[in-house]
Amino acid sequence: MRREVPLVLTAMVGLTMIIAHFIPPFNILKDLFEDWFFIIAAFAIYLGVLNLIRVNADKIYRKSRDWPFGIVVILGFLVITIPGLFFSGGRSFSDPGTSFYFLYIHVYYPLSATMFALLAFFVASASYRAFRARNVEATMLLAAAFILMLGRVPIGDWITAWLPEGYRMGNAADWIMDFPQTAGQRAIMIGIALGVVSSALRVILGLERAMGGD
Amino acid sequence: MNQENNQEVKSIWEKLLSIDRRIIFLFIAVAVAVPLFFKLSMRIPVTPVAQGTYQAIESLPAGSKVLASFDYDPGSMPELQPMAEAFFRHAFRNDLKVIIMGLWPQGPLQANIALEEVFQDEDIKAKSLQYGIDYVNLGFTAGNEVVIDRMGHSFEESYPKDGQGTPLSEIPLMRGVRNYDNVDLIFNLSAGYPGTQEWVQYAVDVFHVKLAAGNTAVQAPAMYPYVQTGQLSGVLGGMKGGAEYETLLGIPGRAVRYMFSQAVAHAVICMFIIIGNLAFFSIRKRKKTS
Amino acid sequence: MTGYEILRSTNREEGYEHIGGAAPGATYFSDSNTENKVKYFYRVRAISPWGTSESLPSNPVFSRVQWFDFSRLTLFALALIIACAIFYFISSAKTGKKLFIRKIAGLEAVDDAVGRATEMGRKIIYIPGIMDMDSMQTIAGVTILGRVAKLAAEYEAKLEVPVSKSLVMVTCRETVKEAYINAGRPDAYNDNMVYYLTDDQFGYAAALDGLFLRDKPAAVFLQGQFYAESLILAETANSVGAIQIAGTAMPSQLPFFVAACDYTLIGEELFAASAYLSKDPKLLGSLKGQDVGKFIFLLVILVGVLFLTLNSVLGLGLPDLATVF
Repeated sequence: MRREVPLVLTAMVGLTMIIAHFIPPFNILKDLFEDWFFIIAAFAIYLGVLNLIRVNADKIYRKSRDWPFGIVVILGFLVITIPGLFFSGGRSFSDPGTSFYFLYIHVYYPLSATMFALLAFFVASASYRAFRARNVEATMLLAAAFILMLGRVPIGDWITAWLPEGYRMGNAADWIMDFPQTAGQRAIMIGIALGVVSSALRVILGLERAMGGD
Repeated sequence: MNQENNQEVKSIWEKLLSIDRRIIFLFIAVAVAVPLFFKLSMRIPVTPVAQGTYQAIESLPAGSKVLASFDYDPGSMPELQPMAEAFFRHAFRNDLKVIIMGLWPQGPLQANIALEEVFQDEDIKAKSLQYGIDYVNLGFTAGNEVVIDRMGHSFEESYPKDGQGTPLSEIPLMRGVRNYDNVDLIFNLSAGYPGTQEWVQYAVDVFHVKLAAGNTAVQAPAMYPYVQTGQLSGVLGGMKGGAEYETLLGIPGRAVRYMFSQAVAHAVICMFIIIGNLAFFSIRKRKKTS
Repeated sequence: MTGYEILRSTNREEGYEHIGGAAPGATYFSDSNTENKVKYFYRVRAISPWGTSESLPSNPVFSRVQWFDFSRLTLFALALIIACAIFYFISSAKTGKKLFIRKIAGLEAVDDAVGRATEMGRKIIYIPGIMDMDSMQTIAGVTILGRVAKLAAEYEAKLEVPVSKSLVMVTCRETVKEAYINAGRPDAYNDNMVYYLTDDQFGYAAALDGLFLRDKPAAVFLQGQFYAESLILAETANSVGAIQIAGTAMPSQLPFFVAACDYTLIGEELFAASAYLSKDPKLLGSLKGQDVGKFIFLLVILVGVLFLTLNSVLGLGLPDLATVF
């Protein structure tokens, strides 16, 4: 029963969602399942929060490796949550001027943006390592990368200003984006979509091990 | 003497090939930071995909309602925030009504930050825009693409109240706005999931609404197939997309200013790639000779 | 002309209310807020800077339940063909028919990566993406984790699975526990091998980077759905000398993995992994069924391109397949 019930539920919900897409009267069931999904999705946020507190509290209690960082995590959580919940002065917590907004702008935003900014450095080091003209395909990749990197910024057009309008590096970059790039994206998307269809069918039919199947 | 020189030159190439990545990081840091101190304006050529986004908004008559979904977080602010500000300037300048929402928790906050910036403009101040009449912020709802699907039937099912807790029925702007039939355009700023792809799959394909978008530079190429098929009116890609939008509006802002920095960084990366390949070929040639 | 307003009433003469609008040049409006079997009358009001003009009321119309959405007939037919192909090949595989699946380098390298970690006495870190269990890529990632965990148990290598979502943590724990039991090493399993870090994307990336730099794992598996953090993780793992096997179906992140990792499962190779690793005939059959779908798309694209080319070169009136589908 422990395995059969989830499999039956999965099959039922999966098939309903597919059928509802083609047979409109099934939309009543689809709407019901979507309502349940909304409730589960909202509670999943709380589950994540509770899990975070539990894991770090446990780390502090047992004095496991790096347990002082557990205190940092819980303190950080409380510092953001308490002002947001209790010190908004009657306004929405996300309104400009509230303490939550202040912390968001001056703490969360710089931290998040800094991590994202690391990509600029890593892209440079990865490009330096990966873009070598080892063979024909690698050379083509290298050439495309060059044209795109310079063509997508004004430098490309500046370098090729001697060429007639419509034939400069920017235009070459646009051509690569519009044609070979889009064709490749489309091909990968079709393959992935079919992969998702096949995987979803396996889950609905109870064949996927990770979802409790055979 | 020749052999010794060859040995020295050889080691330089080998050193370059296995250069400490922190040196590359240093060059990139300088390439990005130093141009920010120079106020150099570059001519930004506009691509057809960016033009499509601009045109989708520009063609709307005054009083049209635009549903603006802010689906990004502070990490993507450098790329998408200039687009958000340019969008608000464009919309308010053309007397459009904006319904703000977010499928990411931070999205509606990002919209507030952009509004705060835009409301400093004298021409926008002169319009005396009012919350609830000219714009409204519905806030965030959990549920990802299910929210998009539900809104096709009824906005109120997903957003019974706005971000400040006011029921939708009490907001003048939302009267008569039941679902996508009652908005003229959806404008989406997206940094990942859920984002533009979900808006295309669940709003455009099912409810046949018009959609224009702005994405991060990494994600924008994946939207080109949708632009080609007409499912997306246009897409702004990354900081360059923001710069193109500002150029089309005739209001050069942060995106245009930062393009100089991006241009120098791209040039530095290209320089490193050239050096890496020179080193690679040099060593390969020597190995073949020896 | 600046646009149209659509008005509706249940009474021909009065009580019209505004239900929507249309842009200039539009030729249709879809009303999706009707009650079935109720008669409605519609009027269209044209708006221009010089005033408005209204049409006469339409004839009465009413909506009724549509038992089948015929606008999606093509999609239905396609879905049916692909599903039937998948079912056919699954039953065909069950009868013992051998199905050829090409080698996938990334999956062949799993054994080597685990062996390397055992020899070096360093950890294997497995990251099943940053999305939740509702993502097919996460499910695929967890399936591969089962295989890696079984090998780690057999080789006595240290395995760690830091995750970003609580539900994923629960599923991964079940998967790893089962793998260790199947390998005959239930004593070696510990719940703390799979642990939750944070839901926040860059918080998760920062935590993993710290883990890579401190613990210097021998092998890092990045299998699942990733976003901007993909390159941060791949480059940091590369900097500590770990062998990396990545797999994702995110087209925007594939270039980063291909550039930074030793092996990459591209797109649907990730979904094929569960079939490939288990060699289960039923799962292999589903892979073949997928190929039928791909063949249909390929055929339609080729025929469509041919038709368009002939139309533009020779002026033949062949149908535009884009409008048909």
